[in-house]
Amino acid sequence: MADTALFDYACRLGDDSLILGQRLSEWCGHAPMLEVDLSLANVGLDLIGQATHFLKLAGEAEGKGRDEDKLAFHRDVLDFKNCLLVEQPNGDFAQTIARQFLFSNWQELLLRELCKSTNATVAAVAQKAVKEVAYHARLANEWMVRLGDGTAESRDRLVNGLDWMWRFSDELFEADAAIEPLIASGVACDARKLRPEWDVRIARVLKDATLERPKARRATVGGRKGHHSEHLGHLLTEMQFLQRAYPDAKW
Amino acid sequence: MVAAAHTTSSFKDRVLEILSHVPDPEIPCVSVIDLGIVRDVRDDAVVITPTYTGCPATLAIEADIRTALDKAGLSALKIETALTPPWSTDWISAEGREKLRAYGIAPPLRTAPQCPRCGSAHTEELSRFGSTPCKSLHRCLDCREPFDRFKCH
Ligand SMILES: [Zn+2]
Repeated sequence: MADTALFDYACRLGDDSLILGQRLSEWCGHAPMLEVDLSLANVGLDLIGQATHFLKLAGEAEGKGRDEDKLAFHRDVLDFKNCLLVEQPNGDFAQTIARQFLFSNWQELLLRELCKSTNATVAAVAQKAVKEVAYHARLANEWMVRLGDGTAESRDRLVNGLDWMWRFSDELFEADAAIEPLIASGVACDARKLRPEWDVRIARVLKDATLERPKARRATVGGRKGHHSEHLGHLLTEMQFLQRAYPDAKW
Repeated sequence: MVAAAHTTSSFKDRVLEILSHVPDPEIPCVSVIDLGIVRDVRDDAVVITPTYTGCPATLAIEADIRTALDKAGLSALKIETALTPPWSTDWISAEGREKLRAYGIAPPLRTAPQCPRCGSAHTEELSRFGSTPCKSLHRCLDCREPFDRFKCH
């Protein structure tokens, strides 16, 4: 029997990782230095690996024979359930780091909780991924400090990048009716509970980076319901082109 | 029971022997057995586990294992993937660690890495992300040799 709530939740988890992984891959060959290029590509690979596992689970929950590739390459933009933060354009390096900083610190807390999920697959993927995401968070946190406490230009760019990304952070802590049953059964994590620890982590890094917490503004939300910014469509056009033009093409 | 276990064990040994000649695609000095990728051998299946979630070699490893089994006339043997317990560098065998060191990659240790060239523990991390997801980049402060380290994971 199809488990629509699990399908929805696994898509959210998988799409967050897939879309951010795709965004980071855009840096390949363009990063400011070789080590950074390797780092961003590696983080992207980790995320795409997580997406593979979560979307496979989503396909099984749905029970219509769609596998992870079908879900990644043959879904339209309104069917993607990722948060708006991950689809934001890379901008400059500082803006990319600001996005990674907000996301990875959240994802590490999320996965830590999901290690205890009552769904065995969710728990298994979380247990593998949480160690990798701890690296991502550390990388982003270190760059926040280097850029924030760096030159006037690196600081300016980071302040601007963080100011843009900040409006998308509230969405990370949403919980809606669609996944309430999964929270009750211990499959999903109630993201609202992650906020206090995330706030502490973010504040600690901002202090080291000599930065102010950005001013609160009206939160921009909707990704979990498929209401995306225009940027996601452009990203999908590139990501899905080959499989759309040549369905079932294989390497 | 004893007889059955004996039969299974000799079959298992044969399969393990075959797999001990299947190298990791990115670090060919070690086999899939050395790395702890093979979790179990049953009468009907080989159970493997992915190393890093984002390791692009995962598919290549499975294909290489398939080829080796087919060549040995074991096409009926399936390949299954198990995610739990999650793989960690603790699954790399003592032999595998020695092969990594001889190849110039510092094996994963909970303590500071040692230079694979001169053995010095006086080293620095250059980048936490190296040439593949499983490695970080370091430099020996005594002999100045740059080297990869298998990330402790
Ligand atoms: Zn040395």
